[in-house]
Amino acid sequence: MAGILVFVEQRKSEIRNASLQALSEAKRQGGAVSAVLPGSGIGEAAAGLGAWGADKIYVADDPNLDLYSSDGYAEVVVKAVEQAQPSAIFFAGTAMGRDLAPTVAARLGVGAIPDAVGLELDGETFSVRRPVYSGKATTTADTAGNTPQIISLRPNVFAAEESAGAGEVVALDGLSLSIRAVVKELLEAEGGELDVAEADVIVAGGRGIKGPENFALIKSLADALGGAVGASRAAVDAGWIEHSHQVGQTGKVVSPSLYVAAGISGAIQHLAGMSSSKVIVAINKDPDAPIFKIADYGIVGDLFDVIPPMVDAIKAL
Amino acid sequence: MNCIVCMTSVPDTASVIKVGGDGKGIDGSGIKWIVSPYDEYALEEALQITEAKGGEVTVVTYGPDRAEAALRDCLARGAHQAVHILGGEATLGDSFTIAKVLAAAIKDREYDIVLCGFKGVGTDCGQVGQMLAGLLDLPHVVNVLELEVGDGSLTAGRDVEGGKEKLESPLPSLVTCQKGLNEPRYAALKGIMAAKKKPVEKIEVASLGVDEGAGGFYKVEKLELPPAKAAGTIIQGEDDAAAAAAELVKLLREEAKAI
Ligand SMILES: Cc1cc2nc3c(=O)[nH]c(=O)nc-3n(C[C@H](O)[C@H](O)[C@H](O)COP(=O)(O)OP(=O)(O)OC[C@H]3O[C@@H](n4cnc5c(N)ncnc54)[C@H](O)[C@@H]3O)c2cc1C
Repeated sequence: MAGILVFVEQRKSEIRNASLQALSEAKRQGGAVSAVLPGSGIGEAAAGLGAWGADKIYVADDPNLDLYSSDGYAEVVVKAVEQAQPSAIFFAGTAMGRDLAPTVAARLGVGAIPDAVGLELDGETFSVRRPVYSGKATTTADTAGNTPQIISLRPNVFAAEESAGAGEVVALDGLSLSIRAVVKELLEAEGGELDVAEADVIVAGGRGIKGPENFALIKSLADALGGAVGASRAAVDAGWIEHSHQVGQTGKVVSPSLYVAAGISGAIQHLAGMSSSKVIVAINKDPDAPIFKIADYGIVGDLFDVIPPMVDAIKAL
Repeated sequence: MNCIVCMTSVPDTASVIKVGGDGKGIDGSGIKWIVSPYDEYALEEALQITEAKGGEVTVVTYGPDRAEAALRDCLARGAHQAVHILGGEATLGDSFTIAKVLAAAIKDREYDIVLCGFKGVGTDCGQVGQMLAGLLDLPHVVNVLELEVGDGSLTAGRDVEGGKEKLESPLPSLVTCQKGLNEPRYAALKGIMAAKKKPVEKIEVASLGVDEGAGGFYKVEKLELPPAKAAGTIIQGEDDAAAAAAELVKLLREEAKAI
């Protein structure tokens, strides 16, 4: 096939893991892989992408690209597309990727397929599997013959693996950046708190934790597992924790390797956000709670009695 | 300050989804169609903007006949005008075609801000806003949680992984709205009665120069329900929570290899 161009996302020159997953998946498809990386002071980060399968790395290094903008970054990707002439463009389905992919698509006059969890190549055409109805169903779709095929990949679904690429760095010049909506400020969460959308392990608390102070208990388990703290809408609506932690239909859709739901009943809108997690654990004192229907493992019991010895047992491993 | 709100009607979020006879779409029987939850935030924001600054809210939807009920719901909550582009069954999930239809219907209207939900619940694409902005040549800001509209520009806040961004954009702009931006109002009885009498402008999609049968940009091959999950291992922990916890950790380590 004609090759895949992968948009690579960095923050402070650090490449996002989800982008390495996208790059690795592009490489596994077997054709030529190129990468496009906008940012400022990113020379070293760009050079490192050869180790992740990139044969060519299109770099736009400009102070105006330090913070993300839909306009600026779209312009860079379109420029790279002109040079690389790919048959497909992959994005990591992060907040940035999910904004940028359709923005680029509209500029190129094609559609885009978001949130891929499976890809199958038939000749030049990708059949893309993606969850719809918040995970209650899965659809398989393609871009109806339009190229380039623009696809964003759900984070933590495709494995990141190092593999050698030619790693040739090509500077993109002749950019005429016209940025209208600008990011004025990026405020990082305190202590570099791990976001549920990026986490490989999530421990989530619901109404059953009874009060905001008990998120400390949830966090102790999350910390022991090296994971992030999630929440049900009931906990968010009660004001116990910020909405950025909410998992579900009106929160984030996540697919970590391990999802622990404590004091969460398993309403359909919550399941919508986490049912594609690889291993699901439920802790609930109600044996009939619907969460047990999709749990791989569960404890029927009081979370306040169960979590502390769990933390101890994990620490003892 | 005139606002245009793009609204789509979707199956109620508590609906049980079944695959329809063609194997590509859902079985619509027994489904209740509602204003897509994120579009409620867009509508509420537009109502608040016009209440503070004057101007009108026009709600535009692209959907089959049944979408009219959701459109009337928007009128009942206070929208001034409603535009119903008839069609949309064949193009479900085809964000770019949907954006083209909306752009054709919106481009000659007067507006300062276009507001959309950040995604349509169900198709879950989250792309129409960005594509529509591109086609209307507007700057856009997605996923807004905070919005302040000034004279010639707006400032917005949103969450990104592990942080928050503050943005500024000149008007006119397009924004897509995220949960947390506001508390959507419900329609009061008075509004519901008034909405019944308000006119709805009807537009045939073909008259906008879009051929729904032309193949579009998104071809669905099939729709499937997730395979039934095998029953999990459930441990009774009411009597001895510590033993249950130890057993669970052991299973996660040795059997699931998850920790
Ligand atoms: C349009 C719409 C969108 C929605 N979006 C979302 C969404 O994105 N995310 C989401 O989560 N919800 C969402 N909801 C809400 C959803 O329907 C449920 O109301 C919500 O998920 C319930 O949260 P919960 O499980 O924490 O609370 P509850 O349903 O009240 O469950 C609490 C659970 O805790 C258990 N419990 C209590 N005490 C203990 C204890 N000591 N030890 C162990 N277990 C205990 C109880 O047995 C119970 O099962 C949405 C609803 C609507 C209508």
